[in-house]
Amino acid sequence: MQWDIVIGLEIHVQLATRTKIFSGSSTAYGAEPNTQANAVDLAMPGTLPVPNEQAFRYAVMFGLAVNAEIERRSVFERKNYFYPDLPKGYQTTQLERPIVGPGYVDIDLASGDTKRVRIHHAHLEEDAGKSLHEDFHGMTGIDLNRAGTPLIEVVTEPDMANADEAVACARKLHGIVTSLGICDGDMSQGSMRFDVNISLKPKGSETLGTRTETKNLNSFRFMEQAIAHEVERQMDILEEGGTIVQETRLYNGDRDESRSMRTKEEANDYRYFPCPDLLPVEIDDAFIDEARNSLPELPDARKTRFKEQYGLNDYDAGLLASDSKLAAFFEATAERGKDAKLASNWVQGEFSARLNAEEKSVADSPISGAQLGDLVVRIADNTISSAGAKKVFEALWSGENDNVDAIIDAKGLKQVSDTGELEKMVDEVLASMPDQVAQYQQESDPKKQKKMLGGFMGPLMKASKGQGNPKLFNEILVKKLGG
Amino acid sequence: MHDKSVAELARELESGKISSVELTRQFLGHLKQEDEQLNSFITITEDQALADAHAADEQRAAGKATPWTGVPFAHKDIFCTNGVATTCGSKMLANFVPPYDATVTENFRKAGAVCLGKTNMDEFAMGSSTESSHFGATTNPWGLGKGEKRVPGGSSGGSAAAVAARLVPAATATDTGGSIRQPSALCGVTGLKPTYGRVSRYGMIAFASSLDQGGTMARTAEDNALMLNVMAGFDPRDSTSLDRPVPDYTATLDEPLKGLRIGLPREYFAGDLNGAVEEEVRSAIREYEKLGATVKEVSLPHANLAIAAYYVIAPAEASANLSRFDGARYGYRCADPKDLLDMYTRTRAEGFGAEVKRRILVGTYALSAGYFDAYYLKAQKVRRLIQQDFIDAFREVDVLMSPTTPSPAFKQGEKSDDPVTMYLEDVFTVAINLAGIPAMSVPAGFVDGLPVGLQIIGDYFSEARLLNAAHQFQQVTDWHQREPQ
Repeated sequence: MQWDIVIGLEIHVQLATRTKIFSGSSTAYGAEPNTQANAVDLAMPGTLPVPNEQAFRYAVMFGLAVNAEIERRSVFERKNYFYPDLPKGYQTTQLERPIVGPGYVDIDLASGDTKRVRIHHAHLEEDAGKSLHEDFHGMTGIDLNRAGTPLIEVVTEPDMANADEAVACARKLHGIVTSLGICDGDMSQGSMRFDVNISLKPKGSETLGTRTETKNLNSFRFMEQAIAHEVERQMDILEEGGTIVQETRLYNGDRDESRSMRTKEEANDYRYFPCPDLLPVEIDDAFIDEARNSLPELPDARKTRFKEQYGLNDYDAGLLASDSKLAAFFEATAERGKDAKLASNWVQGEFSARLNAEEKSVADSPISGAQLGDLVVRIADNTISSAGAKKVFEALWSGENDNVDAIIDAKGLKQVSDTGELEKMVDEVLASMPDQVAQYQQESDPKKQKKMLGGFMGPLMKASKGQGNPKLFNEILVKKLGG
Repeated sequence: MHDKSVAELARELESGKISSVELTRQFLGHLKQEDEQLNSFITITEDQALADAHAADEQRAAGKATPWTGVPFAHKDIFCTNGVATTCGSKMLANFVPPYDATVTENFRKAGAVCLGKTNMDEFAMGSSTESSHFGATTNPWGLGKGEKRVPGGSSGGSAAAVAARLVPAATATDTGGSIRQPSALCGVTGLKPTYGRVSRYGMIAFASSLDQGGTMARTAEDNALMLNVMAGFDPRDSTSLDRPVPDYTATLDEPLKGLRIGLPREYFAGDLNGAVEEEVRSAIREYEKLGATVKEVSLPHANLAIAAYYVIAPAEASANLSRFDGARYGYRCADPKDLLDMYTRTRAEGFGAEVKRRILVGTYALSAGYFDAYYLKAQKVRRLIQQDFIDAFREVDVLMSPTTPSPAFKQGEKSDDPVTMYLEDVFTVAINLAGIPAMSVPAGFVDGLPVGLQIIGDYFSEARLLNAAHQFQQVTDWHQREPQ
């Protein structure tokens, strides 16, 4: 049987405010447990929440960036359940009246087409603390530093039909929030958390199947794997005539397996009701206009600009523009390097490959865009060959030296491009290889001739101690042999 | 000295006839002796009070005295006091010492007032008799003369009994459905529940957040005005407090009442209202007519729905507000929990009393899937109608007057087994909380030697007018000066 895959996303985005959504505690990551939790965060008796205006500004900026309606009057509600890392015994969140209404993003597909994914809504809420199950000898430690960190939860419509589209949508939203500067986008630290809702239905059917929700996807790669895994799991069940249980599943990326966390029957009755400690949030035109005016360049606009300003093709421009840090790195490289196409190739090629191999983000890169730009300059002006350039990149990356020209000098990578000097070497080599010269000149097939040129390159490179410009050697050879 | 009002004590201190330290010693001695019978205090903070009195004398010597500098008073044990146990009348918080002050506490501290301790209350402010306190019931000083143990009302029964018995001239209190006015009436003192949002709720342990309001209790209206001067005002730590200017509430106490339009809500002179109580209240209203007020009957058509709506909304909010008492971070935790669920269930089963559990269950039920619309949402709609009743009434009159309670103080144990009868104690008071408007209870006579309260209800932010009306009445009557034997 043929199946349609239906995918929707729920994304928790930690907002990069300095303080928490309802208290003055710092939100900085990585502090000693419970050093960033005050009386409000600990839910001490009598304490009250006071909303952080910056969180509202960020939520409105997000809404504007995904072409959404901003709700003028949104309401906080209490979502009630008991858990030790939830100090009040309820989470303050939004349900009936979220701050961001329906919107959409357009995603680029591998086919070159774009697809529109609708955003159902996005709401503001507070994060919970963390339960630490290790190092406590059978007990659980509670760290409330994260409790009260502002989040927006973004809920998409089930508009994605495969893992590629879902990942493209996730990357798009990642690019938007990082470009806005409202989230650091660090998935490994949980700054951005993706949950995937997946269901299958017979091809062409109008009726949606039962969905599952898969959690704990802390990288795009795991997200892709988890979707493939869940689709296969559901397909196996359905093809054997079984039924899908509506449930939340936890994915383990290292083992590529998932397990049921809770079924619908086990879900809490959260008893939502409007939080009486907080008045409805009123947002006026002036606030929205101010947020609109403060919007930085977003990935779509940046892509268009990269095509125009740097003459990049659609694919390269889209890729480089998707992530604000990568885009900024590319622009620094291109500006210094003066050759945008070459800069684009190096940023997407050697540089990105190296980041991926070492699981680093652009922010962790040991080299700067300007340094890579210096390297591009030396490639473009023929100072070094591409083989030499890789050696220079290696030296920059390892921190051996941070100056491109100094590395070129130290390693003797400078190409000889003085044609007079090169001609002399060619003359000497040709003179020492009369048989091969004769053979070449008797050959009438240009293809075979071209192949025979390679026979002279070895001795030429040897004669120039590897520093002769291969391109120029080639040109001189053709001229001399043909003449 | 313990017979004197706040205003009188302020004058004594100002004249230098007595120091704050001497005054505090006298009050503490009297309090420790008398409270054995009443149990109106949970904690007496003797050392802290003497230290504060010392500081107050220095403040005065430095020429920085306020009307409160060196004046003794007490806080209901629902207001957090930095470094002093704050129990809310519950086993759950019996060992809880907050590391912060409530805004109300902080305001009195800044004014130089001397807190003698924390007064008894119904557990988590849930009750109308101060019998549900983990620290034992408080006894109404009225009735003791006849050898009867009567309730002081609740939940602020400790504050009311302490003020009535002259243990302190004034005490803070809170009112969610009548918890200032009903005990004020039953103990023969003057109490004010301000407009919702007038006094900060920060550091005041929550029962039902949309109804809770801190307020004042003293023997005279003037002292209530002095208290409100310290307590009222916008607080950036409470998003529901209102940013409006605070008048000097003592400035308008002497305004004449000529032309004051009084409305008598028909629905508040009906039902199970005790005939003798009604007679005392009507006689008080005749005093107002003598002072130049006009009286007309008005109607609050949805009055009979108030109790039902209140007992859905208040427990619903309480069910969430009390979730934080889970044994994890502070307060009571059961012994040797075997796992998380065991810690939660036994901590809450052992730490909360019966009435608190009853309300958590009712509130949880009212918010549950499938019942939310029929209970919580319906109650909120009723709340709107009740609010509109008052808005309509205040188009015709300046204040409303009624009995505060249907009958005088009942005997301890009389209503303990019947929660619904107990809930009906609030029949004339809860609607005011649902509407968020201010109201007072003023001593207005006696029935069988027990005090009767007159409730004066005003429009939003009309505290000055209510205090003025109460003060003028107290210039021509002496009910508020009567002392229990």
